[in-house]
Amino acid sequence: MIRFEQVFKRYPNGREALSGVSFSVESGELAFLTGHSGAGKSSILKLIALIERPSRGQVIVNNQNLSGVTRRRIPHFRRQIGVVFQDHKLLHDRPVSDNVALPLIIAGVPKREVDKRVRAALDQVGLLGKEKSRPLELSTGEQQRVGIARAVVAKPKLLIADEPTGNLDPDLARDTMQLFKRFSEVGVTVVVATHDVHLIEQFGARRITLSAGRVVATS
Amino acid sequence: MRAYFARHAQTLIGSLGRLVSQPFGSAMTMGVIGIAIALPLLGSLLLQNARLATSNLNTAFDLTVYLDKKAGSARTQQLAKQLRLRGDVAQVRIISADEAFAQFRNDSGFGKALDALADNPLPDTLVVTPTLDASTPHGTETLKSAIAAMPDVQAAQLDTEWVKRLHAMLDVLKRVVLLTGALLALGIVLIVSNTVRLDILNRRAEIEVMKLVGASDGFARRPFLYSGIWYGLGGGALALLFAAAAGAALAQPVEQLATLYGSGFRLQGLGFLTAASVLGIAALLAWAGSWFAAQRHIREIEPA
Repeated sequence: MIRFEQVFKRYPNGREALSGVSFSVESGELAFLTGHSGAGKSSILKLIALIERPSRGQVIVNNQNLSGVTRRRIPHFRRQIGVVFQDHKLLHDRPVSDNVALPLIIAGVPKREVDKRVRAALDQVGLLGKEKSRPLELSTGEQQRVGIARAVVAKPKLLIADEPTGNLDPDLARDTMQLFKRFSEVGVTVVVATHDVHLIEQFGARRITLSAGRVVATS
Repeated sequence: MRAYFARHAQTLIGSLGRLVSQPFGSAMTMGVIGIAIALPLLGSLLLQNARLATSNLNTAFDLTVYLDKKAGSARTQQLAKQLRLRGDVAQVRIISADEAFAQFRNDSGFGKALDALADNPLPDTLVVTPTLDASTPHGTETLKSAIAAMPDVQAAQLDTEWVKRLHAMLDVLKRVVLLTGALLALGIVLIVSNTVRLDILNRRAEIEVMKLVGASDGFARRPFLYSGIWYGLGGGALALLFAAAAGAALAQPVEQLATLYGSGFRLQGLGFLTAASVLGIAALLAWAGSWFAAQRHIREIEPA
């Protein structure tokens, strides 16, 4: 599903975030990207979501070489993947249902279908009944789950998450990881970047450890 | 396809809701657009009415022919007869020097003071009315030069010279209105462009999120284009309101003025077609402004 081949990423300020990274994640796999902050976890996720382009090397996602995806085609490409952010990135002036519906509306799904799928996604993350709430009326954990519902509502084959448990207490963090595990069990490829090594030890999933822009261990 | 239209309708209403939620800012933008449109609109209404008011004067081409003082009244009668025979003359009225003097003595207010004059300084005058067919600018001009060339004619004067001058002035005014209109149209585009630009920058985070979940530039642009159209429609409606108010304020004095001139002229207001095109043009200009801003700035906003 994801393949990195000798990927280098140097930012305009001269910092080299990735230095020859190669790894692959199979379809339907749950994989954790770990390492200290600054090790290159976020850079990898940004390359997968085409928020950044590699300086050198190949990134292949869902059988597409991303170097062949032109700027015009980026929106279409992003609709195939779900992204969860540490800071949720919700629209605070819209109710929960609108936030979750956004990817479907962008994809042009008919309204009746949208309502159905929004409810299904909220049900999956345990937020059914909160459709009308505004994001700021919810707890951090609930906001995070709204973000997850939005990421999965369009049924992507690939779900990526950047430090999704960064702001959560241990119990909530475990629940959230459990949620990602469940998605992977139904065939979604899930890549989670996290520095919380203790948490992921409980899951026994694939681990890709980064340090200073290099892959130092994979399991 | 139906979903597509439903989506557009939703965005249209949504962008209106957003404008309503910031009534002060939206009203200011619409007010500026309204004034910018009202100015040339009032100018063109003024022109249109001026043309209408003078159009009936155009058909009343009378020529006043001043004869040589030494010609004498027999020659006057002869000239009048000669003119009546012309195909392009409908009527000739003679105003003798004595008649003219008596009238002048009455109307001028000099009264008895004029009696001090040794003799009447006024010549005999003929008032020549061309036939309806000859009552064109060209026809009267031909007639005028023909008469002027006749012996014992001192001068032939077209009473409608001032109408021509007025029309020339109106033509100049029309250019001025057009020019002002073009400048103000450009102003509207710039104002809306700037308003929408600020709008976009204020909602930067939102646009970023939309792009992250797969929105194209076009999708992110759409609500801003619609708010541009709303700005235009609101501004256009205000302009119509301003114009109607100005018309109402002027109706009575204009009626009075027309009555003083013995004319049944009444101020013409905005027709439905004019009103509709004002709204259409306003919406189009504002849309263009928002398009320039959205085109440029939405592209710049990329998630990082």
